[in-house]
Amino acid sequence: MEITNKFLINDVNLWYSDFQALNNINMDIPEHMITAFIGPSGCGKSTLIKSLNRMNDLVEGCKITGSILLDGENIYGDIDVNALRKRVGMVFQKPNPFPMSIYDNIAYGPRTHGIKSKFVLNEIVEKSLQDAAIWDETKDRLKKSALSLSGGQQQRLCIARALSVQPDVLLMDEPTSALDPISTGKIEELVLQLKKDYTIVIVTHNMQQATRISDNTGFFLLGELIEYGETQQIFSIPQDKRCEDYITGRFG
Amino acid sequence: MGKRSLRLLNREYAAKILFIISASAAIIAVGLICVFLFLQGLPAMWDMGIIRFLTGTDWRPTWDPPRFGILPMIVGSLYVTAGAILFGVPIGIFAAVFMAKFCPRPIYVILKPAINLLAGIPSVVYGYFGMVVLVPFVRENFGGNGNSIFTASILLGMMILPTIITISENAIRAIPPEIYEGAIALGASHERATFKVVLPAAKSGVMASVILGIGRAVGETMAVRMVAGNQAILRMPHEFLSGARTLTANVVIELGYAYGEHRAALIATGVVLFVFVMIINALFSILKKKESA
Repeated sequence: MEITNKFLINDVNLWYSDFQALNNINMDIPEHMITAFIGPSGCGKSTLIKSLNRMNDLVEGCKITGSILLDGENIYGDIDVNALRKRVGMVFQKPNPFPMSIYDNIAYGPRTHGIKSKFVLNEIVEKSLQDAAIWDETKDRLKKSALSLSGGQQQRLCIARALSVQPDVLLMDEPTSALDPISTGKIEELVLQLKKDYTIVIVTHNMQQATRISDNTGFFLLGELIEYGETQQIFSIPQDKRCEDYITGRFG
Repeated sequence: MGKRSLRLLNREYAAKILFIISASAAIIAVGLICVFLFLQGLPAMWDMGIIRFLTGTDWRPTWDPPRFGILPMIVGSLYVTAGAILFGVPIGIFAAVFMAKFCPRPIYVILKPAINLLAGIPSVVYGYFGMVVLVPFVRENFGGNGNSIFTASILLGMMILPTIITISENAIRAIPPEIYEGAIALGASHERATFKVVLPAAKSGVMASVILGIGRAVGETMAVRMVAGNQAILRMPHEFLSGARTLTANVVIELGYAYGEHRAALIATGVVLFVFVMIINALFSILKKKESA
């Protein structure tokens, strides 16, 4: 099977004011695969994933050099940032449904991008909720507040919301860290299903999660990409001592 | 050791008592006002006939026999309050959104204290400003003699701005940034995320600010009295350039020299005002309950 790369990350350095959070990152993120970023807190993995849809633009004093190509186009060049974020969806660490109805949560994205037809919106809502495996639980209560859902359901709703604008890529920043094991299991299952249609990048603190779902894994430490390769390889025969320490230390 | 923990326990106990007393003071104050107002006002209202008092259109305390109908004042209060909402609420909410989400830092450090200052200006100063600036302005540009429902509405709209801006701004700032980021991550612009997600999310706080503003507008006395013309005449909405008297103005204008039945009628006016405020507060709690349900 031929592998195309979705993202090409070249010589990326990133500073928050004076603090350098990313140090010369180079990596390729292949299409239709799940790429996991692992590493201890503060290692830069969340910073990097937020660079992929330019959410770091919201952080004051954030400066970035190098280039990140999405399908060959530099997303730090002269591009429409809103269009970029439509293509590169994001699911956050803590479920963050809007305090409005389940229906409106999903319809917000398509409405933002100009879809007004009630009929089309209905279809998008149903399809998105189905794709996020939460349709059966919500189809009878679409008008109810999204805040009435459980944490795990809320997170799947947020995944559905991200899918509603038909992105190419789904970024997930520790999407299960606030959830119980059963909800986590459901989300992992879902992520594996979504892989065939989307390129997925996931940040996780959970080693087992990385081994269970990801194809490739990058290990970060102090803003540097220490080791990057097939998940199998990284977890069975890590090349770098620090990576090995981290992986084994977690289970130790 | 035992002594020390006992002393700590005592101190905690003393603090608790102090807090209970402080909290009760507020409740007792409300209770006392309530009791005295109703004790003095209700019997008079009863004697005059509640319906006649509330729906009477003539306020003639010096006639023989006198007539005490406060409908003109009830309507007058409603007009200036509605007018204040019309002017104050949209400007206040937009200002709050600007302060919370759009204002560059250098402007914010000027604007914020300015709005706080606006809240601290005594109402008589607002009234003076209304007399020397707004009244002539309205007279020259809209007609009438300038002392009018319209002028009072503008002035009250200005006076409720700090309440609405400050509380709405806090409500908007209290919305977790993750909510905003969720909208941005879907490709929404800053404006769209702010107006379609963050502002609706802050709805209950914004509503609270509006209701507190209404409360202030209904209860405002001095400034209104200085610009509203104060005629105790029942006005129709299209007469917004004529003068009108509010419930508060009615009390403050006449209480100084009133005695007997007249005085009782003024206290009864106070009762009506009090009921107004209670209705506003009740609306507020109902809204809040709906919000959390």
